[in-house]
Amino acid sequence: MSVLVNKDSKVIVQGFTGKEGTFHAEQMIAYGTKVVGGITPGKGGSLHLDLPVFNTVEDAVIKTGADVSIIFVPPAFAADAIMEAANAGIKLIVCITEGIPVADMVNVKEYLKGTGSRLIGPNCPGVITAEQCKVGIMPGFVFKKGRIGIVSKSGTLTYEAADQVAKVGLGVTTAIGIGGDPIIGTTTREAVQLLMEDEETDAIVMIGEIGGGMEAEAARWIKEFGTKPVIGFIAGQTAPAGRRMGHAGAIVGGADDTAAAKMRIMSECGIHVVASPADIGITVAKVMSVVA
Amino acid sequence: MNIHEFQGKQILKSFGVGIQEGITADTPEAAVEAAKQLQAQTGTEWFVVKAQIHAGGRGKGGGVKLAKSIEDVKTISGNILGMTLVTPQTGPQGRFVHKVLIAQDVYYPGPNPTKEFYMSVLLDRSSGRNIIMYSTEGGMDIEEVAATHPDKIFKETVDPAVGLQGFQARRIAFNLGCSGEAFKSMVKFVTALYKAYDGTDSSMFEINPVLKTSDDKIIAVDAKVNLDDNALYRHPDYEAMRDLNEEDELEIEAKKHNLNYIRLEGNVGCMVNGAGLAMATMDMIKLAGGEPANFLDVGGTANAVTVEAGFRIILADPNVKAILVNIFGGIVRCDRVANGIVEAYKNLGNVNVPIIVRLQGTNAEEAKKIITDSGLKVFSATLLSEAADLVKKVL
Repeated sequence: MSVLVNKDSKVIVQGFTGKEGTFHAEQMIAYGTKVVGGITPGKGGSLHLDLPVFNTVEDAVIKTGADVSIIFVPPAFAADAIMEAANAGIKLIVCITEGIPVADMVNVKEYLKGTGSRLIGPNCPGVITAEQCKVGIMPGFVFKKGRIGIVSKSGTLTYEAADQVAKVGLGVTTAIGIGGDPIIGTTTREAVQLLMEDEETDAIVMIGEIGGGMEAEAARWIKEFGTKPVIGFIAGQTAPAGRRMGHAGAIVGGADDTAAAKMRIMSECGIHVVASPADIGITVAKVMSVVA
Repeated sequence: MNIHEFQGKQILKSFGVGIQEGITADTPEAAVEAAKQLQAQTGTEWFVVKAQIHAGGRGKGGGVKLAKSIEDVKTISGNILGMTLVTPQTGPQGRFVHKVLIAQDVYYPGPNPTKEFYMSVLLDRSSGRNIIMYSTEGGMDIEEVAATHPDKIFKETVDPAVGLQGFQARRIAFNLGCSGEAFKSMVKFVTALYKAYDGTDSSMFEINPVLKTSDDKIIAVDAKVNLDDNALYRHPDYEAMRDLNEEDELEIEAKKHNLNYIRLEGNVGCMVNGAGLAMATMDMIKLAGGEPANFLDVGGTANAVTVEAGFRIILADPNVKAILVNIFGGIVRCDRVANGIVEAYKNLGNVNVPIIVRLQGTNAEEAKKIITDSGLKVFSATLLSEAADLVKKVL
């Protein structure tokens, strides 16, 4: 089944005619994603990449039946774009934009409650169902089709994991890049749960980093409800306290959000925790051979 | 972005939050003038001389002193200005003090006893809402209070749809044991404080201590204000409060090249694309027996110019004994990155530490060939595990 997106997903691009939007829309189309149009306010009625441009998300939904949107608009306008997509009834909103003010995301989080829309990100690489549908900025060829699900806060570390999984002869169902900001739409636990419930996924790679309590929350959920093996890695074992490591959310505040604390909790909850990022692939292979 | 205590207090005051008044000075003579002016404004007899650096624990390091006369202000300012202040938060190298705040003495005698509280405003990541965290145990390290008296820490969650409500401000004032005039002052203080947090797009306020004076005023005696970098475009006036003296030279240089660099204490430099992979690479260096010398995320476009800038910044740190470049080329092709590395290496001239280059992703094999054929003293790897082994080998 895969999760979130598949070959039938109808995708629109917000910020369609901009440089980023154009480049990645082309890449997504080349991957086979069913991109049905895009939004750039004021350019409605024109064509871009041979696809229709709309002034509003609402128009695009009415005319194309789109159910997924990917957002490339600049940080100052991204919160507005997310809320517009939710208001238009988009089921899955993937926000790539990095650098959205936290105060804006507090309002977005509140606005999304009860709308039926799921937000992935912001500040994320997106979602990919291997060899079916890519709604994101990841290099598609890295994700070979298979039965391993991936949940990650980080972009290139997701590609690294997918590549290692492929090198041990396995592949990926869906990889979900949830993003590295302090407030994100879909948490680690929610993404893990989606993959746990997916019939085509046999095991899950869960990649976290310092800061916040999402990995601990996911680990406790896995201990209670998990039905598949989970392989975990936490980036930032060597990160100093009080310094923001690139991602706005990657900062050690208290004793509970260090890498060591998260790894300990994950281990206690039965997750196969790897200390080195070089060991993700082989650990997945070992766990899978034991399961098989 | 961090700002100084005096800047934080200016912002709070502009939103109607009561503060301990003060005037800054960068020489002992200016400190004397500041003290005289402050005496005329507030009638204070004693003064507090406070070092202005971006780190807490200043009192413990000798950066906050009471002056009981204008003569004292001169002597104490002379001692603190120009000192390298070491506090539990500065690290052993400490911070040079360029500026002091001459502040009024707020612990003057009066009809009622004084009382110190703790208050902070911050984002609760699990609920995605802002909270006001407060305690009756002011003036001490809040982590210590959390460990020893968790029952003395209270939290009030703010609903983003309606903002902080009156009943919430009153609850805070009651929980802190305020009554009479002090109760009214506390409600006003809390309300103004949240308004300031909201209006400035801050990511954290920490006021420790909040003081009830002997005449029942409520004021911020210290102010740690952290502004959200992502929202600074809405506040150009706050952006101007950035103090480059408080930032690492190499970090400032990196910012000019749009590189995200943080200097650390170790011996293996690294250059990586993506924040998560960069942290993971640092972890791998440690597991291979080294210590990371830095965090450096070159972002999505690792070209010859950014790679060269990255090398220069890493090599400027004399502790660096080896460099590991780890690029996962997705949209960026590895062969292009490899050419960029070779070009940057040649431009740098004399590089005398070993460089390990690990390129994986699109055209990784071609990239490895480019590095190997370049004749440069560069070790090449494609797998992360190979890169880790090479780090072990060169150390």
